[in-house]
Amino acid sequence: MNEVLSPVETLKRGSRGLRGTLRESLGDAITGGLRESDTQLLKFHGSYQQDDRDLRDERRRQKLEPAYSFMIRTRLPGGVATPAQWLALDALAARYGNGGLRLTTRQAFQIHGILKHDLKPTIAAINQTLIDTIAACGDVNRNVMVSANPVESRAHAEVQACAQALSEHLLPQSRAYHEIWLDEQAVIGADASEPVYGPTYLPRKFKIGFAITPINDVDVFSQDLGFIAIIEQGELVGFNLLVGGGMGVTHGDARTYPRLADELGFIRKDQLITVATAVLTTQRDHGNRSDRKLSRLKYTIDRLGLDVFKRALEALVGESLPPPRAYRFDHTGDRFGWVEGFDGRWHYTLRIESGRVRDTDTVRLLSGLRAIARVHRGDFRLTPNQNVIVANVDANERALIDVLLDDHGLAHALHGAAIRRFALACVALPTCGLAMAEAERYLPTILDRMDALLSRYGLHDEPIVFRISGCPNGCSRPYLAEIALVGKAPGRYNLMLGADFQGRRLNRLHRENIDEAAILTELDVLFARFASDREAGEHFGDFVVRVGIVRAPQFIVAKLSV
Amino acid sequence: MSAQLIIPPIPALDEERSALLARLTSGLDVAALNWISGYAAGLAARGVPALATLPVATPAVTALRVTVLYGSQTGNAKREAERLHESLCGEAGEVRLVRADAYPMRELAEERVLFIVISTQGEGEPPDDARGFVEFVCGRRAPKLDRLQFAVLGLGDASYPQFNAIGRRLDARLEALGARRLFAHGDADVDVASVAAPWIGRACEHVRALKPASSPVIVADDVATGTALVRWHKEQPYLAELLVNQRISARDSTQEVRHLEIDLADSGLTYVPGDALGIRPRNAAVVVDRVIARLGLSGHESVRIGDEIRSLQDWLGGHRELTRLHRGFVQQHAQRAKAPLLDAMLANDDAMAFNSWLHARQIDDVLNEFPGEWSAGEFVAALRPLLPRLYSIASSRKAVGDEAHLTVAVLDNAGPFGAHRGVASGFLADVEVGASLPIFIESNDRFRLPLDAARDVIMIGPGTGVAPFRGFVQERTAIGASGRNWLIFGARHQRSQFLYQLEWQAALKAGQLQRLDLAFSRDSAEPVYVQQRLIEQGRDVYAWLEAGAHLYVCGATAMGRSVHAALRDIVIEHGGRDAEAADEYLSELQRSGCYARDVY
Repeated sequence: MNEVLSPVETLKRGSRGLRGTLRESLGDAITGGLRESDTQLLKFHGSYQQDDRDLRDERRRQKLEPAYSFMIRTRLPGGVATPAQWLALDALAARYGNGGLRLTTRQAFQIHGILKHDLKPTIAAINQTLIDTIAACGDVNRNVMVSANPVESRAHAEVQACAQALSEHLLPQSRAYHEIWLDEQAVIGADASEPVYGPTYLPRKFKIGFAITPINDVDVFSQDLGFIAIIEQGELVGFNLLVGGGMGVTHGDARTYPRLADELGFIRKDQLITVATAVLTTQRDHGNRSDRKLSRLKYTIDRLGLDVFKRALEALVGESLPPPRAYRFDHTGDRFGWVEGFDGRWHYTLRIESGRVRDTDTVRLLSGLRAIARVHRGDFRLTPNQNVIVANVDANERALIDVLLDDHGLAHALHGAAIRRFALACVALPTCGLAMAEAERYLPTILDRMDALLSRYGLHDEPIVFRISGCPNGCSRPYLAEIALVGKAPGRYNLMLGADFQGRRLNRLHRENIDEAAILTELDVLFARFASDREAGEHFGDFVVRVGIVRAPQFIVAKLSV
Repeated sequence: MSAQLIIPPIPALDEERSALLARLTSGLDVAALNWISGYAAGLAARGVPALATLPVATPAVTALRVTVLYGSQTGNAKREAERLHESLCGEAGEVRLVRADAYPMRELAEERVLFIVISTQGEGEPPDDARGFVEFVCGRRAPKLDRLQFAVLGLGDASYPQFNAIGRRLDARLEALGARRLFAHGDADVDVASVAAPWIGRACEHVRALKPASSPVIVADDVATGTALVRWHKEQPYLAELLVNQRISARDSTQEVRHLEIDLADSGLTYVPGDALGIRPRNAAVVVDRVIARLGLSGHESVRIGDEIRSLQDWLGGHRELTRLHRGFVQQHAQRAKAPLLDAMLANDDAMAFNSWLHARQIDDVLNEFPGEWSAGEFVAALRPLLPRLYSIASSRKAVGDEAHLTVAVLDNAGPFGAHRGVASGFLADVEVGASLPIFIESNDRFRLPLDAARDVIMIGPGTGVAPFRGFVQERTAIGASGRNWLIFGARHQRSQFLYQLEWQAALKAGQLQRLDLAFSRDSAEPVYVQQRLIEQGRDVYAWLEAGAHLYVCGATAMGRSVHAALRDIVIEHGGRDAEAADEYLSELQRSGCYARDVY
């Protein structure tokens, strides 16, 4: 590419292996923030500088800089954590963060509101728990997702192990992280080169997810690189390979679009690392490094052509890929409450709205999960839907967990409209710098109002995938929701309709830039029609497409012939 | 030719001084005119007029020479000394008014009549400008003073255990050196005038008695100060409009700090950085109402004190202290309350315990805890006058025009008796923009930027102590001072209490501030204070001082002490001096005006 490199590219190249001037920035008491260049590099270390946007104007009048604080995100492949790790992160959030723990849509923990001078102690303490934050953000492979529910077969554990190994393989090799946060002695000239990434890492973030049928909770078609585990007679034999999914869009820029991943074929499980590395390095070498809006793998593939991309990949792997195997997805959600696994152990999935683990007057999630972590002998699984599974419980210990759930007001977490159970929201205001409208803070309100409409038409128990995002970047994967609100401005959203229930079809813009009253007016009409005109078992997303409320959007089956 | 001398306009003298000169020389004989000529030449020969003192040479005319020497921290002692000086000018031959640090020690042995007006600070310390004088008089090098006659007026606050310790110490020491006490030491409490006025009267009587017949009257003005006369003062404050009243500590700060901008337009009030702004506060209406209710009175009772007649409500609202408790009131209240606990408290010799008891309470708390009957008149008489409060000005007129800015920490101590708000800070916190504030300017000659703008300055001002330094940096920026500016600031939390953070960041970027060191005590496991930053930078601090930098400290008394100790350590370590030499080094810096403190 002969276009001018984006400034971030120059920055990465000159960063001395992601070190930059982070140390100096951290030590500068004149500001609670970092130098501009270091804010970019910090992402590679698993943290974002943010500020409380609610306070910006107030603090300006107080002659104070914005209320800078830091969000720390863990790297946690498949979202598996031990009770000890849960307790440690909980304690860190209480000591250094604000408002408890957050569970992300990519199965990681986030702690928000950490002040600059607490950043190093917090990251060091997280590492003490054998969890790190390396490459949790930045132009690298992000947290690797894995279908969360360990119910179906022994093969789940093997998929989890594959994801773990891939995550380790794709870690940056620079010792910058260990030197800056963990006080590792720097060895002059001994810094490893980056065999996978090279000196400028990737053009943009890179997301990998492993789905285990029949639940597409990881939204495998939204990943840059997706794997659908193919399990035959209880044995993992390999994966269907998917490339080029992605949610991020820029409002008003027609060159940008959400895209579902294409299925390229089947790979054996022993080819996993080779194939994943080949996809990643192809994106590394061919991705757009001048315009970050067009840097994701989905644009690289569309620019090169899927056939060209596939041939290049096969050349790197050294063999051609056989066609994908058959599979079936039922839905993208979680199975709440107690479920018995194949081995007689039990798993309790607890709904956590927006992934916010905190105490309110009636629902004490933070205290409840802390109490459970103190006695629990299995593990925890963070789900891609921001929920948590208390996993691997002995049958005779279920009662104990039930008591704790009940004591903390968590036993009734599933009461209320079905739409609540599937809802996703990104963090948005006040801390996310990209947010244009509320998301997480607005979710309970809009859900109450939608529930009132649904109940009017007897749809209270109808499962509908609803997602809200504060900006078009799409952390809550809104373009795969049957109903989505994508923030445009404070109080105004694009209303998107028509994705399917299995996460295989994108939705479409239905009404642009409307306020709550207009949203509810639209939905009122649609719910009424849905209640009277739906076919048996028909989902809302399918209904609005069938009756022509939105045009038939991109559907994954159409792509299978490639 | 007329005997009247026509004084041509002299560039160095303004109209006022020209008039004074004309008045002074009018009708004098040749000998007196010659003497004045010599006196002026002597002044000129001493060099820098601002530091000049009176000539050593004995005047040609034998006259009774009286010296009024003062040491003042907040300006009260200075004011009383000025009053004494003014009163004596009609009585004695030659009366000079000298600030203690401008007094040439070797003249002490030659003094005949000396009046000392001096305050006591904190735990029995002299005011900054009198440290050297007190050390000298109390030290081994003090001369025999058997030809001296003297009297001392001490100013202090009876709520401190070491009430007027410095005045008493000087009073005893002068006698020990052989001097004759003209009359007893005066003990002025916060209600200064009630003791100071009669004391000044006695001083005048004594001087009148000492005065030799028909000596010419020679008046020397206070040469240590250059304060312009203003119409507005403490007793007659200017009503200034409040332009801005903005909280500048963040919402998560437990301490409320406010930035005020006050309009001085048309007032004729002027100030220079380092000066203070006096505020005549009013007690909060809720506090006044509560006290009146406790007394079972209506507030409309007419009360006469001296010549003033006001309603009880008016007395309590604007003229009497209700927030600071003092022993005198407690004693009077004990007689009414007949509470054994109160009597025991007063009988206890443990001054510290009694003081902390006093500090934890306000008038209202005592009335509530120990009910007792008061008439409106007796109650008002038992209270102390409501004093004005002084705040260091946080601006330079060269930057802000006819405004004065203040940085006010709102004292709000949540004690066992509920929230106790500071009378002035609480008053200021609640004043709305557009309302009028009764203000005056209190000059502080002890806290001035170097005349030589090429000198570096080191400014140590944690908390609201940073206020004058905002003015300093504004001033130095406005005049394009070439010297470097180094600020050391501290607070509990960086995020919520970094006062004027955006301004300092901008000043650094613009090269108006060369160094900024910060100590946020509660942001790290181990608390860090400004004095530690100072020690960490000790080598540079010493190098700056050696190169002629002026160093300023503003803020709490305890901080001032810690910083002083740190400076002493720095001079020992980096200056290779022993402890005694380090003390002398710092004393010399103070004497020469290179090390100034404004602590409270």
